[in-house]
Amino acid sequence: MNSPSADSGMRDQKRLATVRKQRIQDFLFHKLTLSFSLIVLVALIGILVSLAMVSWPAFKKFGIEFLWRVEWDIINEEFGAAIAIFGTLASATIAILIAVPLSFGIALFLTETCPLWLRRPLGTAIELLAAVPSIIYGMFGLFVFAPLFAEYGQPALQSTLGQMPIIAPLFGGAMNGIGILAAGLILAFMILPFIAAVMRDVFEIVPPILRESAYGVGCTTWEVVRHIVLPYTQQGVIGGIMLGLGRALGETMAVTFVIGNSQRLSASLFSPGSSIASTLANEFGEAADFHLATLFALGLLLFVITFVVLAFAKLLIIRTERAKGLKT
Amino acid sequence: MNQNLYNRRLWKNRIGIALSMTAMALGLFVLLWILSVLFINGIKAIDWNMFTQSTPAPGSEGGGLANAIVGSLMMVGLATLVSTPVGILAGVYLAEFGDRSRIAEITRFMTDIMLSAPSIVLGLFIYAILVYQVKHFSGWAGSLALSLIAIPVVLRTTENMLRLVPGNLREAAYALGAPQWKVSIMVTLRAAKAGVVTGVLLALARISGETAPLLFTALNNQFFSLDMNKPMSNLPVVIFQFAMSPYDNWVRLAWGGALLITVTVLILNILARVFFREKISH
Repeated sequence: MNSPSADSGMRDQKRLATVRKQRIQDFLFHKLTLSFSLIVLVALIGILVSLAMVSWPAFKKFGIEFLWRVEWDIINEEFGAAIAIFGTLASATIAILIAVPLSFGIALFLTETCPLWLRRPLGTAIELLAAVPSIIYGMFGLFVFAPLFAEYGQPALQSTLGQMPIIAPLFGGAMNGIGILAAGLILAFMILPFIAAVMRDVFEIVPPILRESAYGVGCTTWEVVRHIVLPYTQQGVIGGIMLGLGRALGETMAVTFVIGNSQRLSASLFSPGSSIASTLANEFGEAADFHLATLFALGLLLFVITFVVLAFAKLLIIRTERAKGLKT
Repeated sequence: MNQNLYNRRLWKNRIGIALSMTAMALGLFVLLWILSVLFINGIKAIDWNMFTQSTPAPGSEGGGLANAIVGSLMMVGLATLVSTPVGILAGVYLAEFGDRSRIAEITRFMTDIMLSAPSIVLGLFIYAILVYQVKHFSGWAGSLALSLIAIPVVLRTTENMLRLVPGNLREAAYALGAPQWKVSIMVTLRAAKAGVVTGVLLALARISGETAPLLFTALNNQFFSLDMNKPMSNLPVVIFQFAMSPYDNWVRLAWGGALLITVTVLILNILARVFFREKISH
């Protein structure tokens, strides 16, 4: 016969055991989820280390000069990154110059003038533009856009911008549709939805009271956006642009199809060139030993450049959202 | 004088709005243009043979994409199987334990960078740690590269969705004496189910169209193969190689494959949106 007190003592012990068990389970759960979330960090460090290791012979041979050597001679094993870096930066710059005003227009339309019932379908359409795989942009660029661009776009550019002083050489040379300019144009439409989406999101966090006061004192829509919305969201907008830039720098397939893949430096934007990513995609199959090491060196450069750009972008966006108390 | 100023402001506004509408129209036009080109060229290539025959040898007639379709399905499927639990549990960490920890903050930041980092570099990474070591391309490597791309997508969506779950739901469960892991898995994750599915679908859509990392990992295989330890055929790389080729039937197959991929990706995206909307309305 158990006395009541012994009975409750037994129950206490049972409870204690359960609590202990749950403590251990929780501890394991915590560590398990933690280790999974660390995978991303480990991968990031792994990328840096492994790329640096494989590309070591290239850096050892050329040193820091690798960055500005204008040479890409596979047979004599003379390599420099300048041509690919130039192609990457030039195509990404063109893409940004075209995509930023367009995405600003789209974000303005979606947040200010678009009728409410149209907002969702139109916003979704722009987001679907971001969902189209990059290889489709590449095929579209090569088979549809390039021929049209060679026939109408390039002659028009040459007869207008190509006649102006200073910038004329940019629009000279043969017009065959593919080249750095074509790559920039295709890239522009690839990154446009990313920039537009960020701009729309930050435009929407402007407190309605600010906007309405401006309308109340008689501002036009344009003035509200120009003098109220843009200054308020400045950092976020720049962050969105940098995000697009990061995408444009690292884009592979769309660029590889239309950039022309030539390892030569030319003043004309009409002439074929190559970007870091397109060089990798094109030459990796045949590369061995030292050539492979230089390709990895290019990959490492690309990763470092995009990492810096994206980190900067992210910081700016976080700051905008945090300042407005909307940090998620 | 005043009327002048008023007119100037009015016109500035009109021009600004007109330009923004033009930008919107241009965006829509490009989307429709790409899709229509894709449908017109792709439909011609889609027939029964495309799904039953393997990729043709150079110069030979006919052929299909059966090996590429199966290869893509296997690699994308495996990558989804791996990245879903990993991404979700990592997301649980960031949402449930991540407020007080510095590591969580860094992880969140790096995940956001990985979301936009060039996928080609991830391909190089897997090449260096796997393909380079075992000296041959393989379906496993392709799958691993795709998982690494998918994990950040699942992780970030899961975290965001878990943060939408009201705190009192958690507190109610804790008050009943439930341990933390039970609360996370059986209460919060269940409440955020639709949102988490959205994340998985978005990740699936993202990796279905990835080409660059597969070039360095799975490469391609002209023949039908189910062996993940060998180079594996897959739609994106086949499209890349065939579209740039001089053979007409190859280019035709590339369009067919492109249509197949795009339709899949767009359907996945729209499905994800439907799931997400359900979540919001409930």
